[in-house]
Amino acid sequence: MADDIERPGEGTEPEGAAEPHLPGPTIWPFAFAAGIALLLVGLIINWMLAAIGAVIALVFAFLWIREATREVRHPVAAPPPPPEPMTEEDVEEEPERYPRSVFLELSTLGIGAAIGGLVTVPALGFMIAPAFVGQETDEVDLGPLANFPEQQYVVAQFNSAKDEPPEVGRRAAFVRNNGVKNEMPSFTIISNRCAHVGCPTQPQGLPGKAKQIKTTSGQVTLTEVASVSGFQCPCHGGAYDAEGNRVAGPPVRALDRYEFLIRNGNLVLAKPYSVGEVVGTGKNAKIKAYKQQDPGQHVDGPEQYFYPIIP
Amino acid sequence: MARTKSKRRQQLEQMVMMPLDWLEERSGLVGATKYFLFRKVPAETNWFHTLGSATLTAFLVQAVTGVILAMYYKPSPEEAYASIQHITNDLTLGWLVRGMHRWGASVFIILLFLHMGRVFLFGAYKYPRELNWLIGAILLVTALFEGLTGYLLPWDQTAYWATVVAININANAPILGPFIGDFLRGGAEIGNETLARFYSLHMLVIPGGLFALIGLHLYLVIRLGVTAPPWSRAAAGYDFVENGSRPMREGLVDPRPRGHGSMGTPVRTEGGS
Repeated sequence: MADDIERPGEGTEPEGAAEPHLPGPTIWPFAFAAGIALLLVGLIINWMLAAIGAVIALVFAFLWIREATREVRHPVAAPPPPPEPMTEEDVEEEPERYPRSVFLELSTLGIGAAIGGLVTVPALGFMIAPAFVGQETDEVDLGPLANFPEQQYVVAQFNSAKDEPPEVGRRAAFVRNNGVKNEMPSFTIISNRCAHVGCPTQPQGLPGKAKQIKTTSGQVTLTEVASVSGFQCPCHGGAYDAEGNRVAGPPVRALDRYEFLIRNGNLVLAKPYSVGEVVGTGKNAKIKAYKQQDPGQHVDGPEQYFYPIIP
Repeated sequence: MARTKSKRRQQLEQMVMMPLDWLEERSGLVGATKYFLFRKVPAETNWFHTLGSATLTAFLVQAVTGVILAMYYKPSPEEAYASIQHITNDLTLGWLVRGMHRWGASVFIILLFLHMGRVFLFGAYKYPRELNWLIGAILLVTALFEGLTGYLLPWDQTAYWATVVAININANAPILGPFIGDFLRGGAEIGNETLARFYSLHMLVIPGGLFALIGLHLYLVIRLGVTAPPWSRAAAGYDFVENGSRPMREGLVDPRPRGHGSMGTPVRTEGGS
């Protein structure tokens, strides 16, 4: 037999060393690993955490080493006589309630799920969240009030945001100076974005010469348009009157408008808002303002309940 | 019986077969390829059955030309249009590759619909192939989404306004619509993010999904076999073997030689011959 062959060094080993050696069950490695993890997290977040993690790791490393070396330091007495070999009936009567394989399977799945979640959740958040935050619009300076004669529409083309190139940031609004009401200047400022699916509408009137001016918001092009009867969209034939109310075609509401303010004698566009319907005209118009919504979404009537949450 | 081969021929065959045998022994790939390509098909298949392969070919052309175009295209609002002009006008044969990709997109969609029509009219969506019809339907929608995202990339007026309209139509879906709109735009307005994410979807996400779905689709085609046309003898219920070793695969093709029974007196054989 192969065991009869004497191998060098074998004789010096204690009895029983040829049998596979299994260390006793211990929980310390888990606590040690948790300490290391805390140490690494602390290196990124806060040195206090790192210190706590280091202490935990050291303490449990010490305990683990003690545990693992106990048999060497205090050699155990002869093991108890092996139990009588079990018959097959015994095995069937006493099945292992929680076998090691099930524990390993479950912990593999659990740790895998935890790692997967740690990796995917931030990535998904990065993919989705930026689309819904920071949607504030910049204020746009349209230049001196003198460029906006009373009761006359002026098409203002401007850059909507400073950090956007003109290829994507160029917008247009129809600005009408309504004169003064209650000692306050009144302006009608209508967005050119069609309330159907967002094509650019055009004013129906006689356009004059375009004027380029420089403001704090960059290049602004102003074009006076005489005797505007309304606005039309080239895409699907949506038509609006001079107040932006829908008169024909597929749009579901009036054209959006802009809030405005006057700063240092300049007209400044503020937040855009959505409008269901404008009652009255010019400075006497009554308008209910809604949070700006995408084109094609109803803001009033029963259909508004299709869109309960506007991000 | 067997004709003895000349020594030279034997050597030649060995030279060809040795690497193949080496590969087969270690991977089984040769057998898998044979299983994939040399399948039994019903006797009365016709040219309509090639529409699926034609669609696959169109997709592969799109994949290859798309990879080449991605080497020159610049997905930023300032450069996108100029880079497309550069591809079309300056680069050698750029006009050809871009044209193949642009027109091939339409060819792909048209072939998809023709293939779907063939499957529908031949009744090939019925048991046991319902799942493959479903996968095909998802493939169709995915391919249309690929078309939508690709349409923005030239970044001209048509592309821009068509995408404005398409996103706003999506944004009008009840309840979830506004979220879909914001997700597709990457914000409240179409801008830098929109072009970049459409590019990413168009060249990474959706093609990956298409490859995976096509893999599933082909797996089911190979597992279930090809349907006989509705006017064929097999579809009429003749020559139908119900318990072969692999009943699904062999039952749907016609493994037996012709000439038993006759057209005038149909013989429905039960349980094999």
